[in-house]
Amino acid sequence: MTAIDLLLPAEPKAPGTSHLAQAWRNATSHCIKCGFCLPVCPTYSVLGVEAASPRGRLDLMDAVAQGRLALGTVAGRVGQCLGCLACETACPAGIRYGQMFEALQCDMGTQRRGWRRWRARLLLDGVLARPRVLRAVVLALRVYQRSGLQRLLRSSGLLRLLGLAGREGRLPPLPRPLAWRAEVEFGAPPGTDATTTGGAQRAALFTGCVMDAAFGAVHAATAHVLAANGVQCALPAGQRCCGALHAHAGETASARRLARANIAAFETVGDAPVVLNSAGCGAFMKRYGTLLADDPAWAPRAAALAARVRDVSEFLAVRTLVPPTRAVALRVAYDDPCHLVHAQGISREPRDLLRAIPGLTLVELPESTWCCGSAGSYSLQHPELAGDVLARKMRHLAAARVDVVATGNPGCLLQLALGISRQGLDVDVRHPIELLAQAYP
Amino acid sequence: MSKRQILVPQLQRLLGADAVLHAEADRFVYAYDASVFRGTDVLAVVLPANTEQVAQVVRLAARHDVPIIARGAGTGINGGAVPRGDALVIEFSRMNRILAVEPDNRLAVMEPGVVNQDLKAHLSALGYGFTYVPDPGSQVVSTIGGNVGNNAGGMHCLKYGVTANHILGLQVVLADGEVVEVGGGSATRPGMDLTGLLVGSEGTLGVVTRITMRILPLPETVVTQLALFPDVSAAANAVSGIMAAGILPAALELLDRRMMALVDRFVHVGYPEHAGAALIIELDGLADGMDRELRRVAEICNAHAALEIKTAQSAAETERLWLSRRAAYGVAASFSPTVYVMDCTVPRNLLAQAIAGVIEICDARGLEVVNLAHAGDGNLHPLIPVDRANAAQAAAATEAHHEIMAMCVAMGGSITGEHGVGVEKQQELGLMYDADELAGMQAVKRALDPDGRCNPHKIFPLRGNVGDIAVGAASLDGGRLP
Repeated sequence: MTAIDLLLPAEPKAPGTSHLAQAWRNATSHCIKCGFCLPVCPTYSVLGVEAASPRGRLDLMDAVAQGRLALGTVAGRVGQCLGCLACETACPAGIRYGQMFEALQCDMGTQRRGWRRWRARLLLDGVLARPRVLRAVVLALRVYQRSGLQRLLRSSGLLRLLGLAGREGRLPPLPRPLAWRAEVEFGAPPGTDATTTGGAQRAALFTGCVMDAAFGAVHAATAHVLAANGVQCALPAGQRCCGALHAHAGETASARRLARANIAAFETVGDAPVVLNSAGCGAFMKRYGTLLADDPAWAPRAAALAARVRDVSEFLAVRTLVPPTRAVALRVAYDDPCHLVHAQGISREPRDLLRAIPGLTLVELPESTWCCGSAGSYSLQHPELAGDVLARKMRHLAAARVDVVATGNPGCLLQLALGISRQGLDVDVRHPIELLAQAYP
Repeated sequence: MSKRQILVPQLQRLLGADAVLHAEADRFVYAYDASVFRGTDVLAVVLPANTEQVAQVVRLAARHDVPIIARGAGTGINGGAVPRGDALVIEFSRMNRILAVEPDNRLAVMEPGVVNQDLKAHLSALGYGFTYVPDPGSQVVSTIGGNVGNNAGGMHCLKYGVTANHILGLQVVLADGEVVEVGGGSATRPGMDLTGLLVGSEGTLGVVTRITMRILPLPETVVTQLALFPDVSAAANAVSGIMAAGILPAALELLDRRMMALVDRFVHVGYPEHAGAALIIELDGLADGMDRELRRVAEICNAHAALEIKTAQSAAETERLWLSRRAAYGVAASFSPTVYVMDCTVPRNLLAQAIAGVIEICDARGLEVVNLAHAGDGNLHPLIPVDRANAAQAAAATEAHHEIMAMCVAMGGSITGEHGVGVEKQQELGLMYDADELAGMQAVKRALDPDGRCNPHKIFPLRGNVGDIAVGAASLDGGRLP
């Protein structure tokens, strides 16, 4: 028999200087444990244990912030979180789970040492943050995919030996890097400071890292749709990876460095809206102001850029769409990327774009607001759990009997394609903007 | 070796390694439920897959004299699932199968881990036109097992009754591991109502592993209305008027001014600022005669100075009204560090007086309060925002709770309408029953659980010492509580 304690300590003692302790102190209200987040949490639905629910993870993070538990004690359970933020959408008390989660990841990143730190930085700083290196890697992977080497290695068992089995196969057939740029006619070169030139509206396209390397067709489609709607598209030089993956891995300094580069790059096109087609990048860039809030020289510039960021569906939703004319006779299910629906509150806009396409039948997918299990690099770190979450999505997709599933985020595009190939479904995975582009001759 | 070191390998042999949680982080998060109380870390958590596994766990616990706590979704607000001392928690997330639905017998059979809302969705998808009625505010999360343990109520219990009125039979694992069946599907059961004894016993008499419940046909018509009044008193009088006129609405929910303003921020209903109280009125039944019933309700509301009566025009509008009610607890928490939800009842005709009393008690202590009520039942839910970092305020809330309960009992009401006693109202139970009555109840408890292993140290007032620690009332006063 021991004491019944309080949910929160008698005094708000969280003396730590960790990111988590700061986030806890900054929070205006704390979780009341009502549990409304449980039924929307994909990992809770799979595992059925409290510590794999948002309520449980928040409790663990609160305890670390208050010095009641060690970071290492909670890292495993909190690390299972997809970061999909469905819990924030469901929370009636408005608890900002994501801010605690991000803070914890920062602290974990700071604590990462040795080989793990080196490996994370190799991928994040050495590859994703460097467009040329990324292009070289893509080129090498493309050769690997096309030369027969992939088939050879897969059958040799060497991949399993290296612990890479099932991982390298996630990549779609890769296009030639930057080939897409040849297909697109871009607007006035950067430096021309005007939002309108000769009556045409202007926007600047954010290309990102993975999107640029593996999904050039989506960028080409975006530019095509914008052009069809009288929007001139600029492609500012000097833009880089958005830094979201760096921040999620706790490499905050790298994330800030990339943010500064992007802010400078997009300042060259005045105040033209920054249009992007990757939900993850959009969610993160809209928060550049917070990321650089402590940097007096950059804070106002970061906030200004963040205010210009628009998902392409959001950008098109506020203007009258030039009616697309070419029929695209497909049954299409739309799957909400978490970073669009939960992080940015955008769910109607992409559906409206799809509905505008003549001949297209939009099918509502049950649990479309549930994470597909991609969650940035999550599917690499927790392949089994991600697989269970994905399998649930695939059951719904199989029942929907559609030709295409549309979603607006690179990780989701890859993850859904993986699930479809695993289940042997006959469904294409496309970005909504690609379908819309098809409808503009 | 600690008890945990002894028990965990044996539990793993019984259930498999992945069905036994014993890491520090996993044990830490079973110390709470949706109440304001936090207990101790637990010994371990098990996730059984069937009744036999539950029985094996309970037998093992009995051999080692370890208390067991059966836990649903942890949405109770009285601390009923909060562990006091080393305990083994039985988590039912893997026992969530609906075993049978028999529309001809009007019953369904299921395991305790089924979520209330999932059951309704399942029944709806079957297309028989049947549903399970009790709908606690937590229905999207809370489990049928938890609902049974706490005899959960809900918005529609005014007309259809609380959980106890819908449970036909139970399969229970007793404290010694024996599996027994009580009640059942047949219409009448001679002898004692053992099912009724178990429903609402908060897991203190055994572990429920299977539930047979009544399902009811969906009404032909449902009409949901929002009636606005200048003040709580007018709304409460309208409620009395409706009941006195012989009308039995499916639901009659009251929100006071402050509650409306808060809720509107999360679920936009458009409650006007000039209204002092709102009633959500739902009538259901045959389409024939519904118009007449609605007219009578409108007449009564108007006779009590209703400012406006609106009828929900679509399923979406109806859902928004109900969501605004269900989300109230969470929303109340968004404007303060936490919120203390209270539960008590008074005779229906004293509702306005009781709400005025609650406000007076809170005012006297400098506490804010917003009020919700299942008005038709006289079931009141004052919500008091609390900053527990403020020890004086936390202590004031504890005092206010006690005084509100005492007021309700003095008015002829009860210390709980639908959330049970748990650890929160153990002292207050003494306001309702004298020593003989309490001793009688405890004799029942001892008959079924002689060693006190099923969810121990709950419900009954604790006095003196338990183990080596002095036991008193659970409170919010900012210190550690015995």
